[in-house]
Amino acid sequence: MYLVVEQLLNGLQFGLLLFLLAAGLTLVFGIMDFVNLAHGSLYMMGAYFAATFAAWTGSFVLGSVMALGATLLLGIALEYVALRHLYGRDHLDQVLATFGLILFFNDAVRLIWGPAGLALPLPAWLTVPVQIIPGIYYPAYRLAIIAVALAVAALLYIVVMRTRVGMLIRAGASNREMIGALGINIKLLFTLVFGLGAALAGLAGLMQAPILTVQIGMGENILILAFVIIVIGGIGSIRGAFLAAIFVGMIDTLGRAFLPDLLRKVLSGAAASTAAPALSSMLIYLLMAIVLVVRPEGLFPAAKR
Amino acid sequence: MKKAVWLAGAMALALAQPATAADSIKIGFVSTFSGPTAVIGNDMRNSFELALDHLGRKIDGKPVEVIYEDDQQKPDIGKQKTEKLVQSDKVDFIVGYIWSNVLLASLKTAVDSKTFLISANAGPSQLAGELCSPYVFSTSWQNDQTPAAMGLYMNQKGVKSVFLIGPNYAAGKDMLAGVKSTFKGQVVGEEYTVWPSQLDFSAELTKARNSGAASIFVFYPGAAGVQFLNQYAQAGIKQQIPLYTAFTVDELSLPLQKDNAIGIPGAQEWVNDLPNAENKKFVEDYRKKYPGLRPTYYGAQAYDAAQLINSAVVAVKGDLTKKDAMKAAMEKADFKSLRGPFKYGNNHIPIQNFYLQDVVKDPDGQLSLKTVATIVKDDQDKFHDKCPMK
Amino acid sequence: MMPKRNTSNAVAALLCAALVLLPVYSAVSGNIFILTLFTRIVIFALAAASLNLIMGYGGMMSFGHAAYLGIGGYAVGILATEGVGSGFIQWPVALAVSALFALVIGALSLRTRGVYFIMITLAFAQMAYYVASALSRYGGDDGLTIYKRSDFAGLINLSDRTQFYYFCLACLFGGLYLIWRIVNSRFGLVVQGVRSNEQRMQAIGFHANRYRLVCFVIAGAICGLAGALLANNTDFVSPAVMYWTRSGDLMVMVILGGMGSLFGPVLGAIVYLLLEELLSQFTEYTGLILGPVLLLIVVFARGGIMGLLGRMSRG
Repeated sequence: MYLVVEQLLNGLQFGLLLFLLAAGLTLVFGIMDFVNLAHGSLYMMGAYFAATFAAWTGSFVLGSVMALGATLLLGIALEYVALRHLYGRDHLDQVLATFGLILFFNDAVRLIWGPAGLALPLPAWLTVPVQIIPGIYYPAYRLAIIAVALAVAALLYIVVMRTRVGMLIRAGASNREMIGALGINIKLLFTLVFGLGAALAGLAGLMQAPILTVQIGMGENILILAFVIIVIGGIGSIRGAFLAAIFVGMIDTLGRAFLPDLLRKVLSGAAASTAAPALSSMLIYLLMAIVLVVRPEGLFPAAKR
Repeated sequence: MKKAVWLAGAMALALAQPATAADSIKIGFVSTFSGPTAVIGNDMRNSFELALDHLGRKIDGKPVEVIYEDDQQKPDIGKQKTEKLVQSDKVDFIVGYIWSNVLLASLKTAVDSKTFLISANAGPSQLAGELCSPYVFSTSWQNDQTPAAMGLYMNQKGVKSVFLIGPNYAAGKDMLAGVKSTFKGQVVGEEYTVWPSQLDFSAELTKARNSGAASIFVFYPGAAGVQFLNQYAQAGIKQQIPLYTAFTVDELSLPLQKDNAIGIPGAQEWVNDLPNAENKKFVEDYRKKYPGLRPTYYGAQAYDAAQLINSAVVAVKGDLTKKDAMKAAMEKADFKSLRGPFKYGNNHIPIQNFYLQDVVKDPDGQLSLKTVATIVKDDQDKFHDKCPMK
Repeated sequence: MMPKRNTSNAVAALLCAALVLLPVYSAVSGNIFILTLFTRIVIFALAAASLNLIMGYGGMMSFGHAAYLGIGGYAVGILATEGVGSGFIQWPVALAVSALFALVIGALSLRTRGVYFIMITLAFAQMAYYVASALSRYGGDDGLTIYKRSDFAGLINLSDRTQFYYFCLACLFGGLYLIWRIVNSRFGLVVQGVRSNEQRMQAIGFHANRYRLVCFVIAGAICGLAGALLANNTDFVSPAVMYWTRSGDLMVMVILGGMGSLFGPVLGAIVYLLLEELLSQFTEYTGLILGPVLLLIVVFARGGIMGLLGRMSRG
């Protein structure tokens, strides 16, 4: 029983981390109709910035806050210099251009920080396991991720649903021409949204850095997961991204946790131990394929286009 | 139009490399110099360069030319680079290869052209068994040897049961199989994780904790090793269940693992403090030449590869056409290896000692690896019977 | 469609001539490696050309095209391991299995459009990647060494470098000819019509998805052929050829060269792979140059290199 509770928490935490990354991606995609493969690079930059600033200041929290600002600025600069020339272009053009950016960022990071990767150590108060209910200990830092991600989700919900900027964002996601016609400064709005997306990616990167590592190419595998999430959730939908992220996090974690044992009950030992890891790694893609076959526009399509 | 012609011309020029001076020893070096694992390739290159420095940049009086090629950790690129070295550069030796799959893809090119290939790291079982070749030598080990040594150590410590975790790829399976081949206690559980994309090991750690196992064994090379140790420590399991490893803690990962790695034992054929004169000189000079860096077993193996080549060339007095004599010379392993003396088996894989290493804090607060004990002496891989060479 | 383009036609003709004469240059100059390098380039050009058929002409943006490279390769590799060395069996099987895979995933994927299509094709390719990684009998993640190249009963010796090169080149030209015929046939015009206006084509009575599916299957089979060639070229096949970054590479080749132009992908493959090879000789930081180059090409050279050439001939 404890095992199940703990695995559920693991799934929730992983899902929420994925949500941070997917939220920025779905915002940019939904509003600007822009496919940004370099979102994973911004995630990487967030982690590198945080590791660097934390080492300078000696404080994890201060370093993280500075890194957040740095990724926001980097995102805005990137949008201003390069990416705004690609709005309204074919998706494939955007894929190619941002693929180029991935190559660029990976080698730029290698040039600046070297190939070895960095460490982002946690302050002592975050390294201890916490007893959440009697008998169940859970790493404090993973609880912190859950808390921060839920807070960000709530904040995003309030901003998008309750503010004027949010109204524009929603309007943009469903009808881009409309907000232009309303005399809104679209350029500024787009730059801001892109910056926000970049900051969210940076936040995801720096939050996961102490659990995983800070290294070149760290954003690429997880970027694919983020794309899976926004596609399952329906492009442009924050709510969809939130639910799909938790769904994917749960499926991934619980699949790895329980599938091998289940398979061992039906298959022979050797066959099960070969099939189980392949099957559990496929699970997410299988899920996406099924969702798309049944609902070709994701679970929560933001708008008909 | 003109531009296109100009471009084509420039490319043709750049591809048409002129043959270089004949009277030099040409060595091709295939390793990974881009992407996150470039850190390994750099260490191998640093050590190889240091070995050449120690040899006076000359082998048997002839200048040495090394051509470094990046395999990008992709088998087909590695194969292409190997072909370039053999066909275009016409090298006398090929050295390097971190990854089993890159080596396996490149092997045929080298063997067919009768170019000596020295694997300075990769040790797939095929290389030790059915794919062994007169032209292929290893200065590392066969994959199973290191974890098998760890299994022996766990027996010595009286460990009753173990939970195994490793990545789901060939080397990962070899590693877990290697421990199982020697460990006499009970294997409580065995988990494979998705390689290389799985980032989060919480599900596996939770299972290990709940399994009631007396110990955990993992194999996670490179960045994954950093991730695993972070999560192992953060989950508080470090205080509950001791961890045993192979290829998970080394000088490259240590600066990132920091205190998480203290007290985590690993098995290795080379440790930086092995007490022979060559090794002391190697470690000292390496740290002098590359400030801020420390050599790893990858580097030590690359260094030995340079020494092995030197021994072969000297034995035939620089006449590189005498392939059989060079092969015979290399089979003697007649050079001062950094790990101390070793012999070659019939399959050209070293028969060597394995040591237990542990992480300790130096007086200056730096973490470093130290030899604790010799686990096994003169260990030979278990695939040598399958090798047709006798 | 591409504008009338004398320059690009001239470049295409020049390109073909250069590819045909390459072994002569290699023999005269003694530079064997250039032949090895271009064998690989020609194979990737064929794969890129097949992707161009669905992406450039059919508007189906597949992000999982590298899966067929792996499937074609594994068909050859697995049969060779099981003792079936004849190319007359290996190659038809490689084509058939690739076509079958394309049929299944095409039937499911074509229910979606746009980015959803990109992602669902990616998902299927990733599944293929994980299945191959789990084939422990056939090397699993480490890949499968092919000890003997496909045997064509003495008709052609694939182990001979020059013969193999011409064989690959023949496959490329054959593939391009097939694509050219398809694109200019009634069938091809329907597929292109579906791309520009699906509803209209539906309205005049064409089952758009059936046409797309056939196109998708043909492209899969051609790419499977490229996979069989690649496996013979490397004497090796591993799951790595199916990884999503490889599908990305193929897409880059097509867009770089010029989508929807017959020779664009060939040019794209040549430029991309040569740049990679040449830059790696000068610097280890190829991405610092290659990345911005890609970005600039997208921003300033719409329609890729072929588009650029087309504009040069007009302006």
